[in-house]
Amino acid sequence: MKTFEQLTDDLAPRKFGLYGKLWIGFLLVIIIGAVYAYYLQFTEGLVITGMRDYSLWGIYISNFVFFVAISLVGSLVTAVLRLSGVTWATPLTRISEIIAVAAIIMGGLTIIIDMGRPDRILNLFMHGRLQSPIVWDVIVVTTYLTISILLLYFPLLPDLQILRRKFKSNKKLSKIYARFSLNWNGNKEQKRIYNWSIRTLSVLIIPVAFGIHTVTAWLFAATYRPGWDSSNFGPYFIAGAFVAGAGGVISVMYLLRRTHHLEAYITEDHFDKMGKLLVMLILVYIYFNVNEYLVPALKVTEKESAHLQSLFYGDEAWLFYTVIFGGLVFPAIALLFKKMRKPFPIFIIGVIVVIGAWWKRYIIVIPTLLHPFLPKQGVPKSWHEYSPTHLEWLITWGTLAGAMLIVTLLVRYVPVIPIHETAEELGIEEPKNTTKDEE
Amino acid sequence: MKEKDEKTRRNFIYQGLKLGLLTAIGGTAVAKSLRDEEMVELMDTDGNLIKVPVSKVEEHSALKGDDYNVREGFPNRKFVMVIDLARCKNAKQCVSACNKNHFVTGDNAWLKVYKMQDNPQSSPYWMPSLCQHCDKPACVKVCPVDATFKRRDGIVLIDNERCIGCRFCMAACPYSVRVFNWSEPEQGEVVANMEYTPDHAGAPSVRGTVDKCDFCPHMIAKEKLPHCVSACPNGVYFFGDMYEDTVTNGDETFQFSKLLRDNAGYRLMEDLGTMPSVYYLPPKDRQEDFEKGLDNYTEFESVPKAKKS
Repeated sequence: MKTFEQLTDDLAPRKFGLYGKLWIGFLLVIIIGAVYAYYLQFTEGLVITGMRDYSLWGIYISNFVFFVAISLVGSLVTAVLRLSGVTWATPLTRISEIIAVAAIIMGGLTIIIDMGRPDRILNLFMHGRLQSPIVWDVIVVTTYLTISILLLYFPLLPDLQILRRKFKSNKKLSKIYARFSLNWNGNKEQKRIYNWSIRTLSVLIIPVAFGIHTVTAWLFAATYRPGWDSSNFGPYFIAGAFVAGAGGVISVMYLLRRTHHLEAYITEDHFDKMGKLLVMLILVYIYFNVNEYLVPALKVTEKESAHLQSLFYGDEAWLFYTVIFGGLVFPAIALLFKKMRKPFPIFIIGVIVVIGAWWKRYIIVIPTLLHPFLPKQGVPKSWHEYSPTHLEWLITWGTLAGAMLIVTLLVRYVPVIPIHETAEELGIEEPKNTTKDEE
Repeated sequence: MKEKDEKTRRNFIYQGLKLGLLTAIGGTAVAKSLRDEEMVELMDTDGNLIKVPVSKVEEHSALKGDDYNVREGFPNRKFVMVIDLARCKNAKQCVSACNKNHFVTGDNAWLKVYKMQDNPQSSPYWMPSLCQHCDKPACVKVCPVDATFKRRDGIVLIDNERCIGCRFCMAACPYSVRVFNWSEPEQGEVVANMEYTPDHAGAPSVRGTVDKCDFCPHMIAKEKLPHCVSACPNGVYFFGDMYEDTVTNGDETFQFSKLLRDNAGYRLMEDLGTMPSVYYLPPKDRQEDFEKGLDNYTEFESVPKAKKS
C-alpha cells in the first residue's frame, strides 16, 4: 500500500512541462486574437458578425447553450452520482466541477459578447423585469456559478492544507495555499461542517442545474417559432446537456491521466463505467430527439414543414444527419463494445460527442430563425442565410480557449484527484505530527 | 347626397379630431330651449350626424397634455389601423415616406409591402406589414429591461437609450417587424444630434439597439396621420381611435367596427393570441391587377440605396 507521502506526490499539482507551456501559449494566441476581434466588434458593432435581422442570433448564442449544457456535468457527477451512492465516480468529481466552473464562466461571458450594447449591462439590474426569461437566466446562471464554485472549493480545503505542507519550501505558494485553506486542521467540528456543507450543496445544485438549462431552453421555447415552440424543450435540453458533459469529462480525464500519470487513480474501469453511462445518456437524448423531430414531422403543419424540410433534405441536412448519426447514434453503438470503452477509443468518442454537441446547438438555434412566419423579403439576398464571419469564429474560439485555459490553470494549482478523499477511501492515515505543525 | 355626406364626414375628421366627441347629447327639450343658439354638426359613435348647440361642445384638452408621459401615451385613446388589401397596388409610397421620416438607412425597412400568396390556387396580393402594436405583445413580454413597452393608447414603443441589444424581442416577434442597428446608422449629423424620444423612432437610431415602426405618435401629437397613411396614393391605410370607433385615410372616414364587420376584417396570425391593433381587409374585388405592382417589387431591397444619406 502507498504511504501518504507517495499519495501526495502522485496527486499534487505539478509545474507545466514543455507541452503544457506550448498548450498555454496556443490558447493565449487564440484568446488574444479573440480579444482583438471583440475590440473590433465593440467599436464597429455586431455588423462584423454574420448575423442579420433574420438570423438575429448566431454561433454566440449556440455556443452559449453549449457552455451551459456542458457545465451541467458538475451536477451530474458530483451530485446525482454522489447522492445515488455511486462511489466509483469520486476521482472524477473534481474534474467535473472544474469543467463546470470554467464552462459557466465562459457561458456568462458569451452572452455579454452577444449583446449589442454590453456597456448597458447594468440595465439588467436597474430595470430588470421578472417576466423576461433572460432575467431568469441571469439569476439562475449566477446562482449556479456560485454553487459550483463552492462545490469546487469546499472539498479542496483539506487538500489545500496538505499542499501547504508539501510546498513548504516555496514560501509564496505555500502561503497562498494556507490562505485559501481557511485554517483547515481536520478537527471534528470542522469535519462536521465540511461534510454537511458539501451534502447540502450537492442537493442544492440539482434543482439549480435543472433550472439553468431549463431556463436556457425556455429562451427559445417561450417564442412562437417553429422548431422552438415546444413543451419538450426543457427536458430535451437537459438530456442533451448530460451527453455533452459526460463526453467532456471523458475527454478531459483521459488527457489528465496522460499528463499527470494518474493511471493508478483513473483506471480503465472508470472509462468503462463512464462509457456505459454515456450510452444510457445518449439513448435518453435520442428519445427526446425522436419526440422533437418526428412528431412534428408526422403532422407537418405549414409552419413546421419549412423548418423540418431544411433539416431533413434541405441546406442543413448534411449537418443534421452528421450530428445525429455521427455525434449520437455512432457513439452509442460503438460504446456497446467493451473494446471501445478502453481509454483511447473512448477518448476519441468523447471528443466526437463534444464536437457533435456543439453543432447540435447550432442546429437548434439557427435553422429556426431562417424560417420566419412571414416571407423573407426586402432584405439583401445574403440576409436570407447565415454564415458566421471569420471574426465571429475567432471570438467563439476565444471563448472555448478561455474555458480550456481556466481548466488548465486550475489543474496547475489544485489536485485533479481529491487527495484527502482518496486517502480516506484507501484507508491511508495522514501522519499526525505534520497535521499540527504551524508555520 | 352621398357625396355630401362624405364631405361632411371629412369635415368632421379635420375638426372632430380637435374637438373630440360629445359625451352626452341633450334631449329634445333641451334642444328646443337652445333653438336660437348656433348649432354644429358632429358624428356620434354610430356614424350618425347630429346637430349640437355650440355651447354644449366641450373642447378636449390637447392630445398631448402637460402631464404627457411617453410610457403612458395619450390619455383615453386606443389607436388602431385598418389596411385594405383590396386597394394595395404596391405603390410603395408608404415605404418611402416611412424610410424618409424615420431616417431609415439600414438594409431592412420598418414597413414593407410583401408579395403574398396563401396557397397555389388563390391569387397573389400585396400586403403592407408594419409593427402590429399587439395588445399582448410577445416582444414586451420577453424584454429583460423594459426597453420596449406597451402604452395605454395601444402603441408599442422602444426606448433605444435603454435597449441592451439582446434581440430577444426580434426572436419573439412573429411578424418579423423588428430591425437591428448592426452598425452605426448613417443618418447624418443633423439626425444624429436630434433630441431623442421614443415617440419618434429613428431620430436618431442607435447602434446596437432595436428599431421598429412606432405608429407615429409624433404625428398624432400634431393631430396628423402617420406618414404611411398620408403618403398612400390609394387610400390603403386607415388610422384612428377605437374608442371613437372611427378610422380615416385622410380622404375617407369609416366607422371602424362597421368597416371590419362589412368587409370581414381580420388580424394576422390570430391563433397566436398576440391581439394586434392592425386589422386587414381581404384582397377581394381589386380594381387593379396584381401584376401591375410587380414593376415596383424589389425582392432584395426595401431601402433604396440612392435615398440613403
